[in-house]
Amino acid sequence: MIGNFPPAAILILGALLVPFFKGKAKNWYIILLPATAFFLVWNLELGSSWHVHFFDHELTLLRVDKLSKVFGYIFTLNAFAAFIYAFYLKDNAQHVAALMYIGSSLGVVFSGDLITLYFFWEVMAVASAFLILARKTDKAMKAGTRYVLVHISGGLCLLAGMFLYISQTGSIEFHAMTARNWGTYLILIGFLVNAAAPLVSAWLPDAYPEATVTGGVILSAYTTKTAVYTLVRGFPGWEILILVGCTMTIYGIIYALLENDMRRILAYSIINQVGFMVTGVGIGTMMSLNGTVAHAFCHIIYKALLWMSAGSVLYMTGKSKCTDLGGLYKTMPWTLIFGGVGALSISAFPATSGFTSKSLIIDGAIHQHMMWAWLVLEVASAGVFLHAGIKFPYFVFFAKDKGLRPGETNKSMLIAMGFMSFLCIFLGVYPQPLYHVLPFEVPYQAYTFNHVIAQLQLLMFSGLVFFLFLPLLKRTETISIDTDWFYRKGLSLAVTGVTSLCCWVARLCNDLFIGILPGRLGAFTRRPISALVTSYMRATGEDGSAVKAFGKQMPPEAATFTPMGVPVVISLVFLFSLVLVFAFF
Amino acid sequence: MKSKKEFDYFDKPENIRKLWIMLYVTCGLTVLPDFFTHRHAHFGMDSFFSFYALLGFVSCAVLILFSKLIGLILKVKEDYYDR
Repeated sequence: MIGNFPPAAILILGALLVPFFKGKAKNWYIILLPATAFFLVWNLELGSSWHVHFFDHELTLLRVDKLSKVFGYIFTLNAFAAFIYAFYLKDNAQHVAALMYIGSSLGVVFSGDLITLYFFWEVMAVASAFLILARKTDKAMKAGTRYVLVHISGGLCLLAGMFLYISQTGSIEFHAMTARNWGTYLILIGFLVNAAAPLVSAWLPDAYPEATVTGGVILSAYTTKTAVYTLVRGFPGWEILILVGCTMTIYGIIYALLENDMRRILAYSIINQVGFMVTGVGIGTMMSLNGTVAHAFCHIIYKALLWMSAGSVLYMTGKSKCTDLGGLYKTMPWTLIFGGVGALSISAFPATSGFTSKSLIIDGAIHQHMMWAWLVLEVASAGVFLHAGIKFPYFVFFAKDKGLRPGETNKSMLIAMGFMSFLCIFLGVYPQPLYHVLPFEVPYQAYTFNHVIAQLQLLMFSGLVFFLFLPLLKRTETISIDTDWFYRKGLSLAVTGVTSLCCWVARLCNDLFIGILPGRLGAFTRRPISALVTSYMRATGEDGSAVKAFGKQMPPEAATFTPMGVPVVISLVFLFSLVLVFAFF
Repeated sequence: MKSKKEFDYFDKPENIRKLWIMLYVTCGLTVLPDFFTHRHAHFGMDSFFSFYALLGFVSCAVLILFSKLIGLILKVKEDYYDR
């Protein structure tokens, strides 16, 4: 009976009832919702679907296959942990926004057609913005507004692409796109905006670090990973994605190394990690697509864990800059340990989930003999350990003791982090349950002796470099210019530029038509002969004083001594006589 | 001051020294198997002795130096956008 109930509905409808619960009941209720949704996803039968008739189209509100189910599992699982983490939070607005956001992300992964997908896509953009605005600082308000504007632009791109695609194919169904035309390009760009691809990625490190403590945890999972899902579904094997993904991995590292704010470091590392996934989509083999999905699954867990530990630090100290933090291992040991598990997982240390998932993508590149992609991914793997694996924990929990003694964070946060840490290690040592739910049946063995040794070499020497180069990595109180410069500074500079250009043109016109021309024209009408001669003299290069002297010598001309009225009277008489002639003859 | 003594292992220079030694030893240990085993090469270069150690070292060094360099252009004061 409950076999085919859309899991998205539980969260979206459930969100509406949140304000009616009081006290701790509210938090229990909110934890229960994703747990129920997880159970529903579990019970969805493969191959089942749910259609609704809408104008001339058949909307597919539910399409169940292995790909949508695995995203369903992780989205609900992560929501469950995130709401345990948020057990202290009473803010209705944040809870409702989070539930709508997570619910519509489930809507996206279970939708079988483009129209339904687009609808949930836009709800996600709007609902998620409230997790940023809820911080209620001036910075958050501005960042939230920019965030919405970027996503609406991306959404419009997607919409335009959809119109073209639907009018060309006549089908609204969402499946792997093979045609290469403007329709599919625009859809791809729309998806890539949410995946934080290069040139359109700046919204992520701009907005996420301004979100609330729990908002950051929730945001880190859904927008980019629904985009990864849509890429896996719609654009597997599009070679351009290899280039896009590889660029993202390196770009994320470089910017994370420059950053001072711990949550901004984690934001850039999302871009780096999504880069691995996008590369996997571009490679497009069953193994690499499995890798992308597995990596998205594990990434959501360890990235949420990292955001949770950073969130706990922010919650307890009110600070998020590396230059303000340090020495917290003394008072927040559990946050450090759990954050450390997340840091090791993202670095893909053997026995953690990153190792069992990322290897699939890298081996996917190896199997296709893509040497450059493989090399970039290995370099990026080393770089991950630098910026997220060591830099984040080192500067927050060790480095220089800044005298902060906040004490350990609250219990619900620790429980959530403990749960996520358990999952990281569980999927690291026993990945079979994860491999089992992946979209394709590809036997894979991550743990071979050589592979483990190679990974340990790569990571330990990366670690060595970090500590050898530590003086170069000293934190500075700076931010880094990213592509958001174009709409934050560039646009206002452009407006100023255009305004001053217009002012200049206006002043020029004023000088010309009001100042200079009437005088010159007046001279011509008053003294036509001398004006013509002096203009000729000027044009032939006579010098100014000679021209003036000549002007003075010239006898007065008719226009100067005849009063203005005389020619008027003459012309009036002439016209009147004409009238008389035509009237009587 | 608190009555209970704070855990401050990582603040003491002698412990930092121990950690450094541990780091070097671990790095050495990871390279050790390369003396005895032969890695199957996928692209030729990866069969090279301690290839992944070198790759990790060199790529991280380059990443740090490059980010340092590009930081000269990209880094601005925190109030840059408010000005």
